Amino acid sequence: MRVELTVNGQPVAFDGHPMERLLDLLRERLSLTGTKEGCGEGECGACSVLVDGEPQLSCLVPLLQCGGRRIDTIEGLAHGPARALVEGLVAAGGVQCGACTPGIVVTAWALLQSNPAPTREEVAGALAGNLCRCTGYEGIFRAILQTAESHEHSGKVENPVS
Amino acid sequence: MRRFRLARRTALLRDSAERETHMNTIGASPPRPDGFAKAAGEACYADDLIVPGMWYGATVRSPHAHARLADLSWAPAGAGGEAVCVTARELPGPNGVQLVDDSWPILADRFVRHVGEPVAVLAAPTRRAAQAARQAVAIQYEPLPAVLSLEEAAALPPLAAVAMETGSVDETMAGADRVIEGVYRSGHQEHVYIECQGMTAWFEPDGGLVVYGSMQCPYYVHKALVHAFGLPAEAVRVRASEVGGGFGGKEDFPSLIAIHAALLARATGRPVRLAYDRGEDIIGTTKRHPAVIRHRTGVAADGRLAAMDIEIVLDGGAYRTLSPVVLSRALLHAFGPYRCDHVRIRGRVLRTNTPPNGAFRGFGAPQVEFAVERQMDRIARLLGLDPFAIRERNVVGPGDRLPTGQLLDSSAAARLCLEEVELRTGFRARWRECEAARTRRRDGEPLPGIGLSLYFHGAGFTGNGERSMRSPVTARLTDEGRVEVLTATTDMGQGSAAVFPQIAAAAGGLATEDLVFTAPDTGQVPDSGPTVASRTTMIVGAAIARAVADLTGQVAAWWSTSRAGGAALCLADGNLTGAAEDIAFRRAAQAYVEEVGPLTVTVRHQPPPGHSFDEARYQGDAYPTYAWGADVVELEVDPDTLAVKPLKVTAVCEVGRAIHPTLCAGQIEGGTLQALGFALMEEIKMRDGRYLNDRLATYIIPTITDSPQIAVHLLERPWEGGPFGAKGIGELPMDGGAPAAAAAIENATGIAVAEIPATPERLHEWRRDGGDAGP
Repeated sequence: MRVELTVNGQPVAFDGHPMERLLDLLRERLSLTGTKEGCGEGECGACSVLVDGEPQLSCLVPLLQCGGRRIDTIEGLAHGPARALVEGLVAAGGVQCGACTPGIVVTAWALLQSNPAPTREEVAGALAGNLCRCTGYEGIFRAILQTAESHEHSGKVENPVS
Repeated sequence: MRRFRLARRTALLRDSAERETHMNTIGASPPRPDGFAKAAGEACYADDLIVPGMWYGATVRSPHAHARLADLSWAPAGAGGEAVCVTARELPGPNGVQLVDDSWPILADRFVRHVGEPVAVLAAPTRRAAQAARQAVAIQYEPLPAVLSLEEAAALPPLAAVAMETGSVDETMAGADRVIEGVYRSGHQEHVYIECQGMTAWFEPDGGLVVYGSMQCPYYVHKALVHAFGLPAEAVRVRASEVGGGFGGKEDFPSLIAIHAALLARATGRPVRLAYDRGEDIIGTTKRHPAVIRHRTGVAADGRLAAMDIEIVLDGGAYRTLSPVVLSRALLHAFGPYRCDHVRIRGRVLRTNTPPNGAFRGFGAPQVEFAVERQMDRIARLLGLDPFAIRERNVVGPGDRLPTGQLLDSSAAARLCLEEVELRTGFRARWRECEAARTRRRDGEPLPGIGLSLYFHGAGFTGNGERSMRSPVTARLTDEGRVEVLTATTDMGQGSAAVFPQIAAAAGGLATEDLVFTAPDTGQVPDSGPTVASRTTMIVGAAIARAVADLTGQVAAWWSTSRAGGAALCLADGNLTGAAEDIAFRRAAQAYVEEVGPLTVTVRHQPPPGHSFDEARYQGDAYPTYAWGADVVELEVDPDTLAVKPLKVTAVCEVGRAIHPTLCAGQIEGGTLQALGFALMEEIKMRDGRYLNDRLATYIIPTITDSPQIAVHLLERPWEGGPFGAKGIGELPMDGGAPAAAAAIENATGIAVAEIPATPERLHEWRRDGGDAGP
């Protein structure tokens, strides 16, 4: 089937099997390899992207659900409105091996859009589906709470790639 | 800023009074240089590299724990299409992965000895086609009896055995006030690096083999490829990608998957990528060794340890892999950070028909330190002491000897850690409160508990490892006047990408912008050793410091002689000062290269003077030095479900010197949570030799909602052998969390936890049975 959507603000059309995973379309057709596969079954969060502004697991999103959607990946967010969050993660020790980090950025960015001043518990609730094996999550908590405090994340997710 | 003293090299340089003003880079926490690219999704991991014309690999694995391979046929005309298949019959060289030895088969030949053992590898143009082509391989197995428990395995020859004895154990035990026995068990642990294993291999037109992928040890992979393909060393080039987590899981296994990918590249004449998905990664790769550890301890009535008799049994799985070395480290940590003059330890790795176990952060120490710490708690309980008192009475300190005879220097900081963690948590008072509360608790209220552990970890390779390798590091000037540093270290997250530049800049009087670090590529870098054993900052970092200091010193001395009339110069932050005009180091270095020529310095690891280790008797200096730690875990246990909720961990760790405190603390934070996973939830279930939970939905690791607050306090007692005093600390935090968590559960519930993971199901069982560690 043929599906039209936007990825990081650009119109894109995919021809493929209806059950082809959004994760593979991004990585293999668009070379957007910042979105990672950690488990392939929605347990780890490494493949998180924004679908119409909401964090979704791209390994569980088939092509047939992508028509007309607005997809934002780490590539669009990190150099756009989520830059302060990315830098905050690096500064606070929230990045070690980095394999989970793009997914963390996507999910945490969405949290900060809907809740600009989250508590530690709210951060944990939002990131409950993002596994990190390196940091013990302490650096991730620090980064998100500090970024929230600095109010530097106040970009608009509606049009993250200007 | 450090003023760089050059007087040692040439008499003309001034004896600078400012030489010890330490440069601002050591002890600072700048953003890690690889951080933004990783977080922004730009870093290239094993499965991110795009190679034109590449095919994909798949692996056919044994469904049997033990069987004879009666027949194998490959019918690509059916499902396989244009796919290719490689079996043990098509190997170009010996059928063994060269590690400690080459007894680990590349592909099973005649027999399979564990479920998941690779029997054939396939390649096809797409991932899906490669997976589908597995249908085209028909294998007839004749099942054989399988050894699936340590009890059965005990009757068979072990994969490895070692023993040590010091003092007179039996005599002292006989004269002790009490003899206390305990048996402690721990299970498999899966690494769950978020990036699964992956390798891409291709042959160059000149016949050279190139392998690119996720690994900790480029030269291990190199050695294994040279052995398997019979190629000259210079015809094999191994390049590490960005490494998405390792924890030991990318120490041994990458050698196997690299050979598989290279076999397929050879068979297809194309680049081939072999990248595991999570299920295959869990089924196919090594785990932490399950362990059964028996303690018999002779103690005086006041709690002093008189004699220790310890038996270590590890489940090695079907092949030896790195098990003998894991066992060595287990032996050398089994006595804990305690004084005892009469110690006997016997260790064996048994062979079972289960997937081979291998390297995992801590490398045998987490299992034995769980055991000895729980034994200390048991002794305390039976003698009516509290957990702090038994440790305080026996802890080793400077001037003491370990049971190996190793004399501890002034950086032996176990007592400091113990006292500091007590100060920060009020452990003793809280422990007594919780003990008392247990008897008068109200229905339905969560049961609070607090637990303590004291631990240590030998940094660097065991025994004579570092002394015999004396691994090299190279520094050289680039044409642009920068200093290029070449090592085989991979950054799997631990932060060498940040720490190495800090060390090099500080030692060489440079700014970090003056430095270039070459990516680990065996075609470029010397074999500075594997990225394992908490050796990177301490061993490789120290060699970097010496190499860069030597190199920049030579440039400064040349500049002084040739341009500054022999004036005494200072080199700091990349600037040479003290002559009529200040000059950037980079300009001076550029001039050096133009006028004198290339400048390269290679230095080798310098072992501490006077150290030696007797490998036959396990006596002597088993490690260059030790890092120390004390953990207090506070948690709650649900009185009905016995679900455990960790609330807070306080980790006091003595690290020598924290080069980059944020990353150093990050190692402790992350390792501590892995240790809690090991203690509380991570459980591999097996049936008939098969892992039942090969998914992240069923093999549960801590999520952010399971994570307690982890408060890390770094203590620094600089060790003279490390760069600026730094010790290796990467594995240290893996040793302390599990025994402290188990102790806290005991404090909360009264259940003497002698086995991990202490899942709610098991806690129920132990409560019903009046669970106790007694034999």
